[in-house]
Formats: sequence, C-alpha cells, structure tokens
Amino acid sequence: MPDGAAPVLDVRDLKTVFLTRSGEVHAVNSVSFDVRPGELLGVVGESGSGKSVTMMSLIGLLPSPPAEVREGQVLFGGRDLLSVDADTLRHIRGGRIGFVFQDPMTSLNPVFNVGFQIMEPLRTHMGLGKKAARDRAVELLELVGIPDARRRLGDYPHQFSGGMRQRVMIAIALACDPEVLIADEPTTALDVTIQAQILELVKELREKLGMAIVWITHDLGVIAGIADRVMVMYGGQVVEQAPVRELFGNPRHPYTRALLKTVPHVRGERAKRLEVIQGQPPILGAPPDACPFRDRCDHAFDRCARENPQRRPVGHGHDVACFWDPAHDG
Amino acid sequence: MLDATPRKKLVEVRDLKMHFPIFAGILRRRVGEVKAVDGVTFDIYEGETLGLVGESGCGKSTCGRAVLRLYEVTEGSITIDGTDIADWSPEELRKMRPTMQMVFQDPQASLNPRMTVANIIGEPLDEHRALSKKERLDRIYELMDHVGLNRDFANRYPHEFSGGQRQRIGIARALALNPKFIVCDEPIAALDVSIQAQVVNLLEDLQNEFGLTYLFISHDLSMVRHIATRVAVMYLGKIAELAPREALYDEPLHPYTQALLSAVPEPDPALEAKTERIILKGDVPSPSNPPRGCNFCTRCPQVMDVCREVDPEFREVRPGRYVACHLYADTKSAAAPNAARSTRQPSEPLRE
Repeated sequence: MPDGAAPVLDVRDLKTVFLTRSGEVHAVNSVSFDVRPGELLGVVGESGSGKSVTMMSLIGLLPSPPAEVREGQVLFGGRDLLSVDADTLRHIRGGRIGFVFQDPMTSLNPVFNVGFQIMEPLRTHMGLGKKAARDRAVELLELVGIPDARRRLGDYPHQFSGGMRQRVMIAIALACDPEVLIADEPTTALDVTIQAQILELVKELREKLGMAIVWITHDLGVIAGIADRVMVMYGGQVVEQAPVRELFGNPRHPYTRALLKTVPHVRGERAKRLEVIQGQPPILGAPPDACPFRDRCDHAFDRCARENPQRRPVGHGHDVACFWDPAHDG
Repeated sequence: MLDATPRKKLVEVRDLKMHFPIFAGILRRRVGEVKAVDGVTFDIYEGETLGLVGESGCGKSTCGRAVLRLYEVTEGSITIDGTDIADWSPEELRKMRPTMQMVFQDPQASLNPRMTVANIIGEPLDEHRALSKKERLDRIYELMDHVGLNRDFANRYPHEFSGGQRQRIGIARALALNPKFIVCDEPIAALDVSIQAQVVNLLEDLQNEFGLTYLFISHDLSMVRHIATRVAVMYLGKIAELAPREALYDEPLHPYTQALLSAVPEPDPALEAKTERIILKGDVPSPSNPPRGCNFCTRCPQVMDVCREVDPEFREVRPGRYVACHLYADTKSAAAPNAARSTRQPSEPLRE
C-alpha cells in the first residue's frame, strides 16, 4: 500500500437527497473518503446504507430528479467532479473512472455483441480506429481470462454465462486504463466458485495495472480477502474506517462489532447460537441529528440521541463515529 | 440431539427424477429435456435439519418442490411419514398438505399483497380446518406470537412490513396447520446480513418447540453449517455428497465439496491470507446436456479416465457418509453390508 501517495479520488462531505412524494430521503449524509493509487478500498454496508448511492452520486449517474446532490466535493485529477460540465464528466466516466455493476445481465446491452460494447469506449474516449480498437478488445478479453477471445467478440451477452458476463463487464471497465475502478457488488449475483474466480482475477489485475479500486459489498468475507482498507456504512453515513486487519482485529463501532459476530463461519469454531442485531435499519426521512444506530445499539446512552457522532481518529489509521469507548466497558 | 433412541425416518426419497421437457419448432415437438433433478436419494430423520446446498441451477429448489409434490415427478418415490406420495393425485395430496409445508425465498412474491396478515396466516386454516371466527382469530394471534410479530399488525398489508418481518409472516403461515415437515427454500437469501440471524434463530426455536423437521435449501454454506444436522451437496441434478455436518465441513470427500468449501471467503483477513483456494475452471454444464460419465468430470481437478465414461454410484463409503465419486470406488467394505437392507438402486444405467 503506497501510504504516502496523494489520493487519486478524494470525496468530501457528500450529501445526496432523494425528493419523493412522501418527503425527502437523506440517503447519503456527509460521506468523506479517499483512495490512493493501487489501493483497494472496501465499502461494507447493508441495503439502504447508502453505499451504492454514494458511488453513483460522485460520477453523476443518479437521475435528477428525484436525486439531488446537495453538498460536497469530489476531487479527481485536480477538479471537482460535482461542478464540471456534462461533457467533461462523460469523458471521465468510462474513460478515467471505470464501473462494474452487480448484475452483468442488465448492464450489458442485449442487442449488441460484446465486441461492439468493449470497442465503444475505446473509440469514443481514446479515439482508436476500428482495427486498433478490435485488437485492444481481444487483448482485454484475454486479460480477463475469456478463452478464444477473437472469436467471442461477435457473441452476444446471452451467449455468455454469468461469470463470463461479469468478466466482460470488467473488460469494458478496464478498456481505457482507468485510474479508478468502482465495483458495486460485482460478485453478489455469482455463485461462490465463480466468485472465487473473479476475486482471483481482480487481485491479479490490480497487481498488473496498479489502479485504485473501490469495492462495494455486503459480504464481510469478500472484503477480508481483497481489501487494503475498509469503510463501514450505516444509515447513509460512514460509521467506521480502518485498514483491513485493524478493522477485523479491533472493531470499534458497535455496528461493526455486531455485524462481525452475527455472520456464521464455514471454518473454525461453530457458534451454538447466532448473535442477533435486534430491530431494523433506520428510515432516513430527515437529516440526522442523532446516531442512526442508537435504537439497535447495546451501548447507546443519552448523548447518542441528542447528537450525531462525528468520525474521530483512534490511531492506526482507524477512525470511528461513535461516542462509546470499548476500552471503558469491554 | 436424539442419539439414544433409534431415529425415525420422516422423509425417504429414492431415486427422484424431475425432468422438464423442452419443446421446439412450429409443431412444438419434444426435442429434449432439462434434467433438473436426476436421481437423488436421501432420508430426513424426524427432528433434524437436512441442509441442501449447491450453486444456482444445480436443482436444489426443484428437488425441494418435488419432494412436496408441487410438481408431477418424473420418476422415483417420496415417502413422507410412512406413505409414498409420488403418484398421488392433487385431491389426495390436499389431505397430506397439513403435514408438509413450505417457506419460500422471496417473502415479497410469496405473500398476496391484497390480503391482510391475518388473512394470509388464516388462509390454511380456512382451507383445512373448520374453526369458528373466534377460534380462528385466536389461532392467528397465537401464531403471530410464535414468530415474534406484534398482534396489533394483524390487519396490515405485507408492503407495510420489512423483509425480515415478511419472512416471519410466511413462517407463521407455514406453521398454521401444525406441520411435521417444512421445506425452507432459501428463506434468508433475500434478507440483509443483520436480519438473517434473527430469522435463523426463529427457525431453530420453532424446531425445538414443535419438533419440526426441516429441509433447508440454501447456497450459503456458512449458514447451513450453522443450522443443519446433516448436509447434502448437489451438483447438476445429483447429490455429490451427503454427510453429517461436522464430517462434511471438517473433511469433505467429494472434490466438488472440497472446491465449494474452499471458495467461501472467511470474514478474517489473517485466515484469508493463508487459505489455499481450489479455483474451479469453467462453468457448470447445461442440465439439458450433461456430460457423459460423472457430472463433475468437466471441472474436476482430480478427474480420471473412468470419470468420463462411467457415472459414479452414490453410496455409503463410511458410516453415514455418502459420496458419488470414483476416487472412493475401492472402499467397498463399508458399503457392502448395507447394500442388502437399503432400497438404494445403482444410481442409474450408463448414459449413452
């Protein structure tokens, strides 16, 4: 991990609100994070925690209305992506920032063959000619481990299996040598044996290409295997952030601690009974003026209902948004 | 759990096949079949949870539905509580339904959005029991208490509930007629991590309270390790391995089980760094055109010549451990004494 390097993507105080018929939904509340070149940042959270909306907001992929990015800065290549014009943004998106989504079937266009879909960004963003784009497309498919690449360029998405389609998506995202790759639950729709193949591929590609990766998932196991640093989101906020071993070895936020205890393991000790996090995730109807986890928290006290805790550093590159100190009462 | 008394088999499935026809052309002629379940054999003992795991498309859900006779099965026998229901007519099956129930994967899709919670839970009572209004409502309240739903919500509609609570409604409905056997088809797959544990604990509590027997279908190997007594691993329509939980997770015998378990990521970075993964090459073949010989021979890291020719027999290689793999072909001694009493058939004639 190149610790000293300047972040390639720096997000500050991002706030995104959805305007719905039944009022505002504060989906992302003052989210800040950065990624450095060559680093893999894991983002963990449950559905509704704001992890996908955060990533969609920062490259302008949310439809507005109903979405509205209210505040914040997204610094990338010396510019604030929230204030650049649509044309510039389009060139950055797909060119310098690549995207991989959860479901490869719905994010590939069924009426074009995959060759066309890989060549499209190469021709628009990099201005390659037909021949050069085709050669590069073959190279990319080989890179992501699709056998018989040249022939398969003419195949349509439905002719590929789920794992192969996700490889095609990764090839498209990598087409223009992006500086940042944002992967939103890229293996969630896949079977475990296929997931293992994709994770192996991503580890390999990262070493080879050295780009920064933001990897969104709800699966703590996947994070443990590939991330350098982890950010935990809950109720539209970042509640904890730390290097991967520090986070798993010394979790500070009651939500992270509970989450780690609630998942069963396939190896090692088998718990007699699963630990439960009582209650439901919050509904984000208003800007938060209290800790979003307080209703489900075993350690909540009166201050948690009065104030929303800010992230504070606790050493070892670790920060946590919580008033409770595990050192005081174990 | 029930180690002292000889355990009673509640469910016995023998050589169950569920093939779906493929029609093509303007005459809709039958051109082939999808062998979704292709000769599976297993027992479920009273009070236990049999975990049925496998990847998508392996036939585990079809198997669960076929066992409850939600399909006309192609071949095989299904004995539940002493009666073979494989050939029963829908009318005969109706009488059997109260003993065997199902909890579905997607609580959004399996609950009627136009019915109140009380009517959803009460529907099986209307169908199978003649209760007075008061008795019916009392029973609904009782069921809601059992699954941890607030009685005040009885007149609400499914969309007013969260995913975890909806799954509780589905469980209450399954419990309404005091069943003995429940097929849980991916009951937690659609739920968030923090909600999964709530539902799994509820299923365990209900099992202890009412002595329920579960067939727990899931792709989540960690959760199955937690909840199951014994585990069956399916691959491409067949059971590759069936064993007690500890044995299967500590020492998987079938190469597919080994690969599957090694592929599960552990939420522990130190352990992850050490884990040696068996990465399987390629994809699962199509169930309409399975490979000759062993189903797994196209991806097996330990494949031998015989695997491409002969379909391995599913047999007991150690007490209580069943494997369909040629690697264990010479361990005949353990299987031979059982051959006489078992109704197990050689899994299938050789495929051409």
